[in-house]
Amino acid sequence: MSSNEKLVEFRNVSFRYGAEQPWVLKNCSFEIDREEWVAIIGHNGSGKSTIAKLMNGLLFPQEGEIYVAGKKVQEDTIWDVRKDVGMVFQNPDNQFVGTTVQDDVAFGMENRGFPREEMLQRLDDVLHAVGMVDYRLTEPHRLSGGQKQRIAIASVLAVSPKVLILDEATAMLDPRGRRDIMQTVAHLQANKDVSLLTITHDLQEIVQADRVIVMNEGQVWDESHPRELFSKQDDLLAIGLDVPFIASLAKALKQTGIPITKEPLNHEELLEELWTLHSRT
Amino acid sequence: MDITFENVSYIYQQHSPFAHKAIDQLSFHIPSGTFVAIVGHTGSGKSTLIQHLNGLVQPTAGKVKIGDFELTAEKKPKHLKQLRSKVGVVFQYPEHQLFEETVAKDISFGPKNFGVGDSEIQRRVTEALQAVGLSADYVERSPFDLSGGQMRRVAIAGVLATKPNVLVLDEPTAGLDPRGQKEMMEMFYERHRSEQLTTILVTHSMEDAVTYADHVIILNKGSKYMEGKPEEVFVQKEALQQVQLDVPEMVAFINRWNEKFHTKLPFTKQSERELATAITAVLKGGKSHE
Repeated sequence: MSSNEKLVEFRNVSFRYGAEQPWVLKNCSFEIDREEWVAIIGHNGSGKSTIAKLMNGLLFPQEGEIYVAGKKVQEDTIWDVRKDVGMVFQNPDNQFVGTTVQDDVAFGMENRGFPREEMLQRLDDVLHAVGMVDYRLTEPHRLSGGQKQRIAIASVLAVSPKVLILDEATAMLDPRGRRDIMQTVAHLQANKDVSLLTITHDLQEIVQADRVIVMNEGQVWDESHPRELFSKQDDLLAIGLDVPFIASLAKALKQTGIPITKEPLNHEELLEELWTLHSRT
Repeated sequence: MDITFENVSYIYQQHSPFAHKAIDQLSFHIPSGTFVAIVGHTGSGKSTLIQHLNGLVQPTAGKVKIGDFELTAEKKPKHLKQLRSKVGVVFQYPEHQLFEETVAKDISFGPKNFGVGDSEIQRRVTEALQAVGLSADYVERSPFDLSGGQMRRVAIAGVLATKPNVLVLDEPTAGLDPRGQKEMMEMFYERHRSEQLTTILVTHSMEDAVTYADHVIILNKGSKYMEGKPEEVFVQKEALQQVQLDVPEMVAFINRWNEKFHTKLPFTKQSERELATAITAVLKGGKSHE
């Protein structure tokens, strides 16, 4: 079996929806380590959501193998695999089952038959983790989109998955809601023993990830650290993605003769570098 | 078509314990041919506002004028169908409204309803498909076999085929990837210019508002909070933060740059390249205070 460090492993995975259909994933291999935050980006139709569905056995590959926490994902293991793989989807309105926040978070735990005492403890713990502890008795329709997604995350965390997948979980949120979720995720990453897989086409959202997998037309097109990736601006544009403002400004500055050495990930880093250059002259 | 709101209010479930004022004494004027962005936090009344534009709701108080059409609380609206043939609305996630067997039939539905003749409909279907960047091969396909992005394009083609004078867009690029977003906005902008439309864009993207809009209206709690040119409105950081909005990223960067380097670089909707040139001038000790 795979070593302790590898939590998820894709080995030469290919997938298509039917025999006559084109391949959605072509010979994909990658790994996610324990407690690692991996971001997958790619254009619409690049196969990134299919990866998520394969990971918890909503779909099965025609070729290749997938391992989660040492178990091969197949018909007779999916119920165990799903305990390890928690998922949050795009639409905040499609994943509420409870009439209040606490009912909703409790739903998964009830299904798993957790004792009441433990449920109360976990409820408290996960609502703290997503910063929603004051909303315990709130009805879902009174929450903003971002708050609903934080509850969805809490509900998944409550059953202690080993990996949490956010499949374009911010796509339907406004900019504040988006930032909210990214902060929540960063906080979880620092404080919880869980691996993260965030699937997105927004390059702003990969800045804090440990590693980025870029998908293009069903294949792993690149694997790198966000900083390296931002420097591959023209290539990213060519496959339908965009780079954040700060990366394109850094590029424009280089073109006008400013010797920027460290690819900036945010405003502070670029301003710092410019300040250093300024003081030297 | 000119659009005017005069002290418009709209209350959901009036005379009930659940009464909720979504629009509160709202007044503004949009001259024909303008590209307007409407921006506001979730729940600020944006969607209710646009439902007035083709008479889906009637104001609870005040008057809405769209060209020669008038909507008031008192009178039952007349000629609504005619109004709707002039005002095309692309709602959020319009692909959810597809229903026909083929792409061609779906796009034809609107113009057919407005009494357009068959040969003209055919012409419009071809033209609308082309406008949204889909080839003519799609006409006989089922809209439900298409990808999400393609379905969105078909739904939008259905609105374009009614040949509206006013185009209302409610977050039309939500959920699309960056290239899809850009292509779609460019398509609307091209249409806006070539057909001399009056375009109303509801958006969360300050960047899109800056790029495409002549005029911005900021809503808060159903009232007009600010309005003006994007480059004037979007530099007012404190005022925007009051209503939970952020300045565009470039404005945020310029502000921090100005603070740190004691310069007064203005925001003029410049490109990254232009900003880089101005920064370089400061660093290389050129004319630093411009």
